[in-house]
This record gives sequence, structure tokens and C-alpha cells, in this order.
Amino acid sequence: MESLMMILIGVLVTVGTYLVLSRNLIRVILGTAVLSHAVHLLILTMGGLKKGAVPLLSQSEGPFTDALPQALILTAIVISFATTAFLLVLAYRTYKTNGSDDLQELRGMSDE
Amino acid sequence: MTIEIAIILIPFIMAALIPLFNRRLQKSFIGWVVLVIPVSLFLILTTYIPRIAKGETFSHTYWWIPSFNINFTTYLDGLSLIFSLLITGVGSLVILYSIFYLSIKESLHHFYCYLLLFMGAMLGVVFSDNLMVLYAFWELTSVSSFLLIAFWHHRKASRAGARKSMTITVSGGVAMLVGFLMLYAMSGTLSIREIIGNVDEISEQTLFIPALVLVLLGAFTKSAQFPFHIWLPDAMEAPTPVSAYLHSATMVKAGIYLVARFTPVFGGEVVWFWAVTGVGLLTLFWGAFNAVRQSDLKAILAFSTVSQLGLIMSLLGLGSVAVHLGYSTSSVIYTQATFAALFHLINHSTFKGALFMMVGIVDHEIGTRDIRRLGGLMSILPFTFTIALIGCFSMAGLPPFNGFLSKEMFFAATVSITNLDIFSIASIGILVPVIAWIASVFTFIYCAIIVSKTFLGKIKPDILEKNPHEAPVGMLISPFILIGLVIAIFFFPNTLGAYILKPAMSSVYPTFPATAEMTPHIYAWHGFKPELFMTIGVILVGLLLYRYMKHWIKIYRLFPQKWTLNAIYERVITSSENISESITNRYMNGNLMHYFIYIYVSFVVIVAGTFLTLEAFSWTPSLDAPVENYELLLVFIMIFASCALIFAKSRITAVLLNGVLGYAIAFFFVIFRAPDLALTQLVVESVTTALYLICFKYLAELKPEKTSKRVKLSNGIISILVGSTVTLIGLAVINYEKFESISVYFEDSYKLAGGKNIVNTILGDFRAFDTMLEVVVLLIAGLGIYTLIKLKAAKKGDADT
Repeated sequence: MESLMMILIGVLVTVGTYLVLSRNLIRVILGTAVLSHAVHLLILTMGGLKKGAVPLLSQSEGPFTDALPQALILTAIVISFATTAFLLVLAYRTYKTNGSDDLQELRGMSDE
Repeated sequence: MTIEIAIILIPFIMAALIPLFNRRLQKSFIGWVVLVIPVSLFLILTTYIPRIAKGETFSHTYWWIPSFNINFTTYLDGLSLIFSLLITGVGSLVILYSIFYLSIKESLHHFYCYLLLFMGAMLGVVFSDNLMVLYAFWELTSVSSFLLIAFWHHRKASRAGARKSMTITVSGGVAMLVGFLMLYAMSGTLSIREIIGNVDEISEQTLFIPALVLVLLGAFTKSAQFPFHIWLPDAMEAPTPVSAYLHSATMVKAGIYLVARFTPVFGGEVVWFWAVTGVGLLTLFWGAFNAVRQSDLKAILAFSTVSQLGLIMSLLGLGSVAVHLGYSTSSVIYTQATFAALFHLINHSTFKGALFMMVGIVDHEIGTRDIRRLGGLMSILPFTFTIALIGCFSMAGLPPFNGFLSKEMFFAATVSITNLDIFSIASIGILVPVIAWIASVFTFIYCAIIVSKTFLGKIKPDILEKNPHEAPVGMLISPFILIGLVIAIFFFPNTLGAYILKPAMSSVYPTFPATAEMTPHIYAWHGFKPELFMTIGVILVGLLLYRYMKHWIKIYRLFPQKWTLNAIYERVITSSENISESITNRYMNGNLMHYFIYIYVSFVVIVAGTFLTLEAFSWTPSLDAPVENYELLLVFIMIFASCALIFAKSRITAVLLNGVLGYAIAFFFVIFRAPDLALTQLVVESVTTALYLICFKYLAELKPEKTSKRVKLSNGIISILVGSTVTLIGLAVINYEKFESISVYFEDSYKLAGGKNIVNTILGDFRAFDTMLEVVVLLIAGLGIYTLIKLKAAKKGDADT
């Protein structure tokens, strides 16, 4: 299962990277979202899969599955949500101000 | 807190206080307040003179970073005392002078702040025993010098001069730092005294000569030795009190200090002897030679300072022979060169300080420093003329002024060195007195130019129109004190010798016993010796050459303008600026895609490269958990959805595919025993999708990518490389079990944190700070979003700009 997950993660990273490299702002944002999906799965897989019970003391006596990666992912999900939301609004502002969401056209428009 | 540390810190504290009381103080008053500092420091330091003369030294350590051997160790001995007296003494006079020189319309608080900063840094340099502390103060003098040169920063020349001096002195300083680190590597200590104690051990090592060269680079750049002297004439853009203080009496002497301080360490080396003597003599000649052709009074003095610094430097080089020979009755004669160097150091500060102040008065009262426009000022500025006359006579080496004494000793030292038969002196040693003599002739000529072109002859009519008059008394006090010293030292040189120079000599030659030969009696008249004939020759030839200057001045035009050091410096600076700009423009081209490509390519190269070279790949599928059919299905759904995402034509499709990925991950969380994650993921994914859809109302529809096939292909390859790197590393790492998992600790959550949901206790208790900062991130993002939306509303009117 772990090997299969790693391949899936590799595919997700590939897709995410490809999207990040595109010219369209929305695709770039989608790319970051896919990348964070991949990272969440990566952290989870690193902790080992199906090694124990759900980490709830009330449900079983153990052994439990590793709880630490889960806690980290929980934090990561929320933060990636925050950044995605921020990026979306940023894209919206950029489009409103410059009338374009093509990164190629946007370059050099700032007052350097 | 000891007195020595306090002496270093007081100027800094005062510099920090100036902005505070600046507003409450009348502007004309600030200089007087600042004046108190150097005067009192000078008086405190004079109390050390008798004790230091008896051979005492004062050392105190303030433990700063003992684990790195960096301690704030002050060490006050004869050598430090000379310099610290010059720094505070000349500093007091310069501040007194500047009170009258600078108009109260200038930003005086900045000026005095920088000046105090410099004073503190300079005292730090000469008091530090620790190399790192010395280096820090050393660079601080460069920084404060930069600020002072650029004081009139509205002038382009000031800024250029400041940058030049900064570039040259700081690069020398960095070289010196490397030299210091080499010394540390060899000796294991950063204390100068301990290094001197271990000389025999470290002089055998291979790093010894490189360290010597690097330390010398620092000294040469700071003391404006050829070919690094080019910054000093440009630094004359600073206000004249600054030139008098930093660029003649103190900062440029820091290099001299360093060479004197390190003579016990490096002095025995032939490289040291020839580098210090040779560069010194070359600088002596080149400075004097170039001073003659300058037309700006300050430029003449700048080149003359370069030249005089070369003189002191070459004397220190000659004196280092004694270290090589070791103490004996025959070798002690060569220490006299060092004695002369220290003596001339003081003399130079007196007459050069006075001359700079004289030029400042001329500039202040007449409005120009150009000798082609000056002349006949003797009758208008009689007191200033006296200063110039005495200062120039002393500089040219004429009696009855102190410059005569040290110049004679210099000639004597150059003559006596020719008798030596080491370091291949026998073959080329005769050049030493010859160059010294020629340079002195030029020194005589430019001294004659300063006096005659400014004060003798006829007054130019356009000057008379302005109705010039003698400077106010306040401006004359400082130069007259210095001139008084010029004369006093001539008549009582041995008092200076016994109290100030003798203890400094024992700092330069710590292994030598303090015999009478170490502090020779200074005579104004010592019979018909070669040095006397050399002086007479200088005067005669100098007068002759000055008289017929019209005929030989053409030789200066022989040098091609293109190959002057300044032109080379300018070319190097401009071309390096252009090159770096063109390189930067090439890769920082504003294209986000390219920036990402740099990141990804370096990620692949560095991570995958290391991975492959270390052959770290391992894969043990046997340890994997079994795969169920429905899991396989989920995996395929995700792979399909993600691949479809790339080709999605409409943004709605794209967002829905992203949603498929998110919900599929939630399924995985369920399967992999993470119910909290699954819940959160579901909520967040729904909200995110909604957010996308809301934003789409305002955004344009996805357009097909306009990128060429080639770019698409290369992007595809980069993506695949990144993806496979992650997969390969993931496969290799997944079964890595070099140490126990730390998660077992959290399984005790009920006892430790009173919660039965382990994930929750980790978030809310064990790693609560993480969660708190996570909330902060949310808050910041929320604020950012709010601002971005509000910004639009506020700027609606001029949003198109």
C-alpha cells in the first residue's frame, strides 16, 4: 500500500508542479492546492499505514496508529486553506487592477 | 566596568545621546557639549603616562563570548597610549575648530554623532587585544568615515568619494579578517599578546606567510599605501575638520598601528621587511611626486599625507630588521627606525593637522582652495600664513621644527640599512636612501608650492572684491596649539622620547631589554653626518627645481590618462556594476514561471543528485500493508482526476476535479484511521470549492495556454523529474527505522493531558504553540484578504492607474 501511495504522491506532485509552471494565475493556484494534497498524503504515509487502531483512547486499547503525523496534517490543512484563500483574493485583485490573469503579460508591470 | 572599557564606550554612549538632547539644545551649543568628551578622555589618558612610562601595562577582560574565544579584552600599553592620545587630543582640537568652521545651518547633530562614533571605534581599535573585537572596531571606523565623507551628501563627488573609501578599506578589512582567522587557526587564540608569545610555534606553519600578506592588505588599504592610496584624495570631499582628523591624524594611522602591533609577530620575515619597506617607499615617492602637480590645496595635502604615511610605513619596515636579527648590541641600532617612525607619527599629526586647518581657513574666508586663483594672502591672513609657514617648514624637514628631527632620523635609518647583508639588501639596498632622498626633494617642492602660491605674490583682483579678512580667533586656536607643539617638540624632543616613545618601543620589541639604545637621545645637531648632507641636498635641489618648475612640469603629461589608477578603479567598478546588472536582469526577468523553474531544477539537482551519488535508494515492498480493491480504485480515481486537471478546458471542470482530489483524500484519511483529518478535510474542501466558485464570478474564464510546445514539453519534463524525485525518496525513507518513534509518548494522553483523543491532545496541549501560531497564520491571511478587498473599494476612483 505504501509503495502505491508513493506513486500516487509522485503523480500528484508532477501534476501540481506542471500547473504551477503554467501562465494562468488560476492554474498556478490550483497547482499549489494539488501540491498541498500531495504533501498531506506524504506525511500520512510516512507515519506508516494501517499499523494500528484509530488514535482514540476511548475506542480501543492500542496499538494505535501514529498520531503525530495526523496532528501535523491537521495544522497543514488549515494553513493551506488560508493560503489558498489568500491567493484567490490576490488573483482577484490582480485581475481587477491589471485586467489580466496571464503571468506573462503581468510581468514588469510593477514599479520596480 | 573598568576605566579603559569606559573610555571606549563613552563616545558611543554620547553619540547615542546626541539625538535625544539635540532638540532641547541650541544649535550653536552642541559642539561645546561634545567637546567635553574628548577633552576629558584626553585628560584621563594623560594620567596614565607616568605609569606606562615606568613599564606598566593595563589589561582588563570582559567575558563576552568565551566559547568562541571572543572577549572584550582591553590592553593599554605604550603603543596604544600614543594612538589614544592622538585620537583624543587631535579630536578635541578638531571639534573646537569645527564649532567655528561649520555653519549652524548644517545638520550638526549628525556630524558630531558620526565624529563620536568614529572616535569610539578608533579607541576600540587601539585598545583591543582580541582580534575579533579589533576587527569589529576596525570596520566601524570605515563605516563612520564613510558617513563623514558623505556628510555633504547632496554633492555627487562626496558620495563617490565615500563609496570609494568604503570599497577599498572594507575589502582590505575583510582580507585582514581572513588573516586573523588564519592566525587563530595556527595559534588557537585570538589574543594578540598570546599570539606574540607563541611566535616561534606559529612562524613555522604554512599559513604564516598568507596570514602576513592578508594582515598587511588590511593595513595598506587603511593607511592609503600604494596602490590603494587612491581613496584618500577623493575622501577630501569631507568637511575640512574631518579631513584634518580622520584622513591625516587618526584613521589612516590605524594601518600604521596594525603594522607596529604585528611587528613582533611577523617582523622576522623577509616578506614583511620588503613588503612594508618597499610599499612604504613607493608610496612615499608616489605621493610626493603627485602632490606637486595638484592645484587644489586640499589635494596637495591629501597626496602629501599619502606620502608621509609611506614614510612612516617604510620606517617600520626598516625597524623590523631588528626583530629578525634578535637582540644584540649591533642590531639595536636598527630599532631606531621604529623609534623614528613613532616620533614622526606624532610630528606628522601636529603639522598636518595644522596645515589642514589652515586650508580650511583659506577655503572658509576666501571661498576657494585652487592655488591658480589664490596668491598674496600674506597681508590678509597673517596668522594663517604663520601656520602655513611653520607647518610646511616642518613637513619639508627644516629646522627649528619637529619635522626636521624625524626626517634626519629617517635619513639616518635608510643609510644605516645599506650596511646590512641579509634579505639581499646588499644588492638593492642602496635604492632605499636614494628613493627616500628623491621623495624628500618633491616634498620640499610641494611645501614651497603651498606657501608661495597661496600667500606670496600678488593678490588676484576677484578675491579683493569679496573683502576677505582673517579668520575668527576660535578657528585659529586649534592650529596654533598644534603649531606650538611643532616648535615645542623640536626643543624638547627627549621628554617626548622618555615618556611616550620609550614604552611604545617596548611594545614593538617585547623581547628586547629596555636599554638606552632603544630610546636614542634626539639631537638637533649631531655633526656632519650623511643625513645632514642629505637634508642640505634636498633644500638646494628642491629650490632649484622649484625655480625651474615650468620646464620639467611636462613630465606629468607623459602618463597616459587611461592607465592612471583612478581610471582603472573606475573601469573595474563600472564594468562590475554592468556585468552584475546584466546577469541579474537575465535571470530576474519578472517571469514567475522562470523563478519556479530555478527552484524546481535546483531541488531536483541538489536532492536527487545527492540521493543518486550516495546510492541511498532502497525499496522493501514486502513491509507494505496489503492493498484492498477499493483502495486501488481510489488511487486510480485520483490519478485520473489529477491528469484530467491538466487538460481541463473550463475552470468549473478544473475546480470540480480539484474537489474530487480533496474528497478522495478524505476517503484515504478514513481508511488510514484518521477520522479527525477526514472531517476537517471534508469541511475545508467544501469551503475551498465554494470560495473558488465565488471568485470565479469576478475572474476571467480559463484561456488555453498560449505557451509553445517546447516550453510545455520542458515544463512536463521538469514536473516529472520533481514528481519522481519525491516518489523515490519517499520509497527509500518510508521504512527508515534508525530510531524509535516518539509518538508512543503521546499515547499516554489521558494521564498527561486529560484527553482521550490523541490527535486533539497533541494539537491542544502537547503542541499548543503550534496551534496558536496556526491561528495567527489564519488571522494574518484573514487580515490580508480583508485589506485586499477594502483596498479596491477605497481606490475605486483611480484603480486604473
